[in-house]
Amino acid sequence: MNAVTAETGSRPLVHSLYSVPSMNCANCIAKLERGLANTPGIVSARVNFGARRVAIDHFPELTVPDLQAAIVRVGFAAQPIRDPASTESHSATRNLVKATGVAGFAAMNIMLLSVSVWSGAVGATRDLFHLISALIAIPTVAYSGRIFFTSAWAALRRGRTNMDVPISIGVLLVCALSLFEALTGGPHAYFDGAVMLLFFLLVGRTLDSAMRDRARDGVAALLKHSPPGALVLGENGESRWCDADALTPGMRMVVAAGERLAGDGVVEQGESNFDLSLLTGESDPQRRHVGDRVEAGTLNLDAPLTIRITATGADTTLADIARLMEQAAQSRSRYVRIADRAARYYAPAVHTLALLSFVGWMLAGAGWHQALLIAAAVLIITCPCALGLAVPAAQIVAAGALMRKGVLIKDGSALERLAEVDRACFDKTGTLTLGRPELLNLNAVSSRDKPVLLALAQASRHPLSDGVRRSLEMRQVVAAPIEQVREEPGFGVRAVWHGMPVSLGRPNAGELPGLAAAFVIGNRLPIILRFGDRLRPGARGTVARITAMGIDCSIVSGDSAASVAKVARGIGIQAQPELRPQEKVDLIQKLTASGAKVLMVGDGLNDGPALAAGHVSMAPASASDVGQNAADAVFMGDSLAPVAIAVAAARRTMRIVRQNFALAIGYNAIAVPLALLGMVTPLIAALAMSGSSVIVVGNALRLRSAAR
Amino acid sequence: MTGLILLIPLALALGLSGLVAFLWAMKSGQFDDLDGAAIRILIDDDAPDA
Repeated sequence: MNAVTAETGSRPLVHSLYSVPSMNCANCIAKLERGLANTPGIVSARVNFGARRVAIDHFPELTVPDLQAAIVRVGFAAQPIRDPASTESHSATRNLVKATGVAGFAAMNIMLLSVSVWSGAVGATRDLFHLISALIAIPTVAYSGRIFFTSAWAALRRGRTNMDVPISIGVLLVCALSLFEALTGGPHAYFDGAVMLLFFLLVGRTLDSAMRDRARDGVAALLKHSPPGALVLGENGESRWCDADALTPGMRMVVAAGERLAGDGVVEQGESNFDLSLLTGESDPQRRHVGDRVEAGTLNLDAPLTIRITATGADTTLADIARLMEQAAQSRSRYVRIADRAARYYAPAVHTLALLSFVGWMLAGAGWHQALLIAAAVLIITCPCALGLAVPAAQIVAAGALMRKGVLIKDGSALERLAEVDRACFDKTGTLTLGRPELLNLNAVSSRDKPVLLALAQASRHPLSDGVRRSLEMRQVVAAPIEQVREEPGFGVRAVWHGMPVSLGRPNAGELPGLAAAFVIGNRLPIILRFGDRLRPGARGTVARITAMGIDCSIVSGDSAASVAKVARGIGIQAQPELRPQEKVDLIQKLTASGAKVLMVGDGLNDGPALAAGHVSMAPASASDVGQNAADAVFMGDSLAPVAIAVAAARRTMRIVRQNFALAIGYNAIAVPLALLGMVTPLIAALAMSGSSVIVVGNALRLRSAAR
Repeated sequence: MTGLILLIPLALALGLSGLVAFLWAMKSGQFDDLDGAAIRILIDDDAPDA
């Protein structure tokens, strides 16, 4: 994350990156850049709006918490992230863009010369132009074509073939033959065709790669990256912050309300409710007393606890899930992209055709030179230029449309797999439901008191306070001015309003089961606020829409039968409750074995293995980091509707891709006979190639409104 | 024909300068934040600092 970059004066500067997901306008950019630049110790701040990132150059004495606090002072929440520009995939895109640029430049200049040849240049002029074309084309092919050559070679060495094999053979053969033509003063050189082919194909590759980067950036910006750790108690009662990997069994950690545990352990002091939903899918909080076991990754809801650590790092329940995920992900790596599947049939057909035309013309009595020229023309006409562009162009247009609707698709193969889905499994907590406590009985509070309640809720980061804050802010309530605000650990928030003591906190013990808070004004009777998990908006409609698409839906949940049944009834689908992570994977693998293509939608750590085992998987943006990393697509916002939109868009995309394939085959059906008859000149080849590419890209652009 | 001796190198040089300009722009990060560039124009320079 940090790297010493530059010297200003005599002091070295550190370059840090922070993800700021909440910026959304020009004003935010100005506020961030100016506000941070005015902070002592920060030399400059530069916002990347597309990636929702701010890069800060600062003096080394500013630490991560200092910088985070500085960004909070400007009015934004921020998380430190690693520099994605240094990662492999971004440099791959850069190389592709460079190769595309070089090929584009070469194609234009060779075309300039070729147009003169086609317009009637003859004799020495034509030969000179062919030679100049060769001088431009050969270095270009060597530089820009490398990507295809290495990939084709890698496939051939393993005894396979992919789209790059016919491309490489075609380009190399055509270039070699054209060079021979140029040197011997022949009439036809196909340098323009070869380089233009590379250019179009590279455009397709670059689009594909850029799409993956964009989605990856989006997901990286969502990841919480909160350095997991804990406040550890020393021998003499003093406490210090300790990173998760430095924790060892036997340490005692203090966990405040609203914190996640950094390791497995046993409660030593205090008692509290725990939210285990991320780990098990259970939605009802569980009470843990002194001596009870608690697991890493669970959320402490109510009161501060002292916990003796029994397991950390690779020994925790959490790490078991990670191992399960690795095993489950293996089936997915066997998926073959549609373009490569097409190439399996296409490449041998094309090569046979070219070979047959060579043999045929030799038998018909043409010289080997003419026969080779015709075979080369067949290769360049049939080269899968439109095919190489047909798939990525359609996919990137569809992914862009989906991104505007709040769905991040991680790569093109995810769209292909999403279109094949015929079975869907939903997790319950956090996926069909919001997975966070929502205020259920807001009507119990009179509208006169709501501003006070909001003011109290704003003073605390407790999950229940967040729930109160959300539902009040949604109704445009404005906080009342309150004084002497203080948060009491284990109780809640107390303050003074118009001379009256007010409080929002734990109800008296034994009053109510489930999640509740008491809101007191002065000496009036406390108002009990109840909390519970709610269905995501649009959950029922989305499931109905997916079912209408011919996809059977069901719930796979780790939660208790009673609470799963309630949700299943609300939505009207079948459910399987009380599944452990391994059982979810088994269920999906059983469905897969019976021939179903399973879409898994889930969020928690317990869904991670199932997400990896599904044919394709989606996770909400509120999901755990594990869930987001395992999923092929991530959707934003509270609504579940993006899931149905994504499936529909994926199917539209594949329809367009198949149309594009049909167009490309239709074009070949006309052009190949001409090539076989030896009637294709470089001019016709160039026209046919650009024409077919423009048509497939135009067809792909129809997907701009695919996400609906 | 004599015109070609001048014009062909000229055409190639122009094309090459375009390529160099493109590669330079990419290296210096001109394409890193296309969305941001589009809305930065809306930042009001007279606005008081946040």
